[in-house]
Amino acid sequence: MIINPNQHIKFSSTHRLQWEEAQQKHVILYPEGMVELNQSSAEILKLCDGTRTLAEIISELEQKFATPGLTNDITAFLEVALQNGWINQN
Amino acid sequence: MAGSTKTNITPPRWLLAELTYACPLQCPYCSNPIDYANYQSELDTEDWKRILSQARKMGAVQLGFSGGEPLTRKDLTELVKHARELGYYSNLITSGYGLTEEKIIQLKEAGLDHIQVSIQASTQELNDHIAGTASFEHKKQVAHLVKKHGYPMVLCVVIHRENIHQMPEILAMAEELGADYLELANTQYYGWAHANRDLLLPTSEQFKQAEVIAQAYKEKVAGKMKIYYVVPDFYEDRPKACMNGWGTTFLTIAPDGVALPCHSARELPGLDCPNVKDYSIEEIWHESKAFNFFRGLEWMKEPCRSCDEKEKDFGGCRCQAYLLTGDMYNADPVCSKSPDHAVIQQAIDSAKASAALSAVEKPLIFRNSKNSRLMAKP
Repeated sequence: MIINPNQHIKFSSTHRLQWEEAQQKHVILYPEGMVELNQSSAEILKLCDGTRTLAEIISELEQKFATPGLTNDITAFLEVALQNGWINQN
Repeated sequence: MAGSTKTNITPPRWLLAELTYACPLQCPYCSNPIDYANYQSELDTEDWKRILSQARKMGAVQLGFSGGEPLTRKDLTELVKHARELGYYSNLITSGYGLTEEKIIQLKEAGLDHIQVSIQASTQELNDHIAGTASFEHKKQVAHLVKKHGYPMVLCVVIHRENIHQMPEILAMAEELGADYLELANTQYYGWAHANRDLLLPTSEQFKQAEVIAQAYKEKVAGKMKIYYVVPDFYEDRPKACMNGWGTTFLTIAPDGVALPCHSARELPGLDCPNVKDYSIEEIWHESKAFNFFRGLEWMKEPCRSCDEKEKDFGGCRCQAYLLTGDMYNADPVCSKSPDHAVIQQAIDSAKASAALSAVEKPLIFRNSKNSRLMAKP
C-alpha cells in the first residue's frame, strides 16, 4: 500500500498506541494482540495524529533528531503501518 | 514438582478473567471444565479489582473478560472501568446473548476496547441447535451494533463437523456483517469438546476443503477483514506451542478464584492450583507449584528432551498429553515423533465411524448444569 502524499495520516481509532512501563517500550494494542515497537517506530506513530502529511512527519523527525535522509525509512515503515491497519488516511 | 529454575521468569502479558461459569448457551464444545457445576462460588467485585491491579502492575496488558457469559455479571461495567483506568486493553468475549444497545454504549463509555461476538453457524437453524438457545438473529443484530458504536468487531466461529460445510456462507456472513476480524477456531478437544469429539471432529478431507476456501477468501478480503485461522492440531504433525510456553505469558483466573496456567489446567492432576483469595498474583506467578510445574524444559521426557524443536513448541499441550495418553509429562501425541501418536488416528477413525450413527444412538452432550452434574460423578 502506498501513502498518499497529499492526505493527513491518522493513527487508527480501533488500535491503541500506549507506553508500557513494565516493558519500557511503546506497544500497539488491538483485539487480542500486541505489537512491541522500537523507539523510532513509536516516534513516527506519535506524529500520526491526523494533522500532518507524510512530508511533514519526515521533516519534523529529521529536525527533532538532527538527522537528514530519513525519507526512505519513514515511508517504508508507514507503508507497513498502513498495510497493518495501524494508520489510515481518511 | 517437576524441575524448574526460577531464573528468567517473564511477567504475565495476558490475563483471562473468567468471571462466571453461568451461561445461557449450551455449546457442546465449551472450554469450561466438564464439572463446572461443582464450582458455584464466584469472586466478588473487590476480588476482581485487586486481581486486575496486581496483574497490571506486573505487566499484564491484554485482558479478556470471559466466562461462561461475562454479561451475566452485574459488575461488568465497573470492572471494565477499573481495567481502563489501569491501562489494560479490554476484550469482551461474549455470546452476545442479552447484549443491548444501551449496554454496548455503557461499556464503551466505561472504556471497553473490543467486543468479540460468537456465532455458531451461518444459518439460524444450525446456530440455534448448536447454541442450545434461539439466538441467531439477536447475535447478528449485536454484531451490527458493536460496529455502529466504533468497536473493532471480531466474529468468532468455532468450526466442527456440524458446521464445517458452511465455510463459504460463514465467510460471506462475516463480510456482510462488516467484521474487522474473523476468527475461525477449529475446535480444540478439551472439556466438553473432548466428551463430544466423536461427533465434532471433521474428516481430513473436510478440513482440507474448508481451509482452502478460507485461505482463498483471506486474499479476497485483504485490507478489509483479517481472518485468523486456528489450526486443527489433530491434522498437524507437530503440536501447537501451547500457551506460548507454560507460565510465560498467560494467566487465567477461574470464576472461583483459582489461578490457572491455561484455562484447561484444572483437568490436570496434582497441580494444586492456588486461589487468589490466599495469595497475591505476584506470589502465584513466581512461587506457586502450579505455575512452575512445566516452566522451562527440565520436566521433559523423551522424545521431547533430546528434540531439536523443544524450544519451538515446548512439547505441545500438557492437557492434551494427559487427556490422550494418561500422562501429562508425555509429548503431545499430535507430534509424529510421539510414541503415542497412533491415538490421534484412532480418534479420527472413531469420529468417522460415529458419523454413521443417528442422533438417537449417539447424541451430542450439551453443556448445561444438569449434564455437568451427571458427568462429574465418578
